[in-house]
Amino acid sequence: MNLAELEKKLVAAARANPPSEGVPYAFEKRIMARLATRPVMDDWALWARALWRAAAPCAAIMLLLGAWSFFAPPSSAPASDLSQQLEQTLLAAVDQDQTIDSAR
Amino acid sequence: MGILHGMERTEADLIAAVLKGDAASFEPLVEKYSPRVFATARRYARRESEVEDIAQDIWLKAFERLNSFRGEAPFEHWLMRVAVRTCYDALRAHHRNRETTFAELTEPEEDWLDRFVTQPDAAKEDAEAARLLIARVLEQLSPSARLVITLQEIEERPVKEVAALTGWSVALVKVRAFRARAEMRKVLARMAKEKYL
Repeated sequence: MNLAELEKKLVAAARANPPSEGVPYAFEKRIMARLATRPVMDDWALWARALWRAAAPCAAIMLLLGAWSFFAPPSSAPASDLSQQLEQTLLAAVDQDQTIDSAR
Repeated sequence: MGILHGMERTEADLIAAVLKGDAASFEPLVEKYSPRVFATARRYARRESEVEDIAQDIWLKAFERLNSFRGEAPFEHWLMRVAVRTCYDALRAHHRNRETTFAELTEPEEDWLDRFVTQPDAAKEDAEAARLLIARVLEQLSPSARLVITLQEIEERPVKEVAALTGWSVALVKVRAFRARAEMRKVLARMAKEKYL
């Protein structure tokens, strides 16, 4: 069987038989009725829906982090390193002023 | 009353009115373009019972997205883009494993194929059996292959127009068209094998 020829014939058959353009009776009335009954979504409603959708994953993440901090084994390394370094950095300017004042 | 009202106003007026909140101005547009929307939906629907649902989806999406219509191209072109993309979504939503056998061809379909094998010229393209056979073949294709074969081969649209209708790039249309033709030949080969081997 010549498949290329068959393909050509079948495509030609589809071209020769375009689909009907018939529209069911009162179709536009049904569309208008659907549009009239559909809920109107304002911006606040969209925000509220998005926030409600985000609530569940946020709660899940919160629970996971809570469980992790609760069940995680206590670290043996000193936990104050980072906080001390941060404090030193933030107060570096004040410390420097005090050093200069005392030198005078 | 609505129709008369619509005929007095241009499409641009109607669209502007809808965008300002007058939903009733949408009705003349639905009335005018529904024949084209239904013809498009019939190209991709599996059954006639699905056609109205698809057409309804197209109009509801068109209404929701009307604010994205810029008025640079005719409304009909914009609507056809919405229609083609909705039909593609419908194809993808219903695309399960469609691989069925060609063993259950109807008698007229088998006769048409037999005639094609013995006397290719005697198998007429305008025969109902040929139309049913191509519908069967299209059913077997993947959604993207079916879409591109329909637009490019059957409706004879140029690549650029197919790209505009589908939202794909020109290069992607070319790639998908190439793959679609290969897929179609595979389906035809399977049909020939099941029927004659």
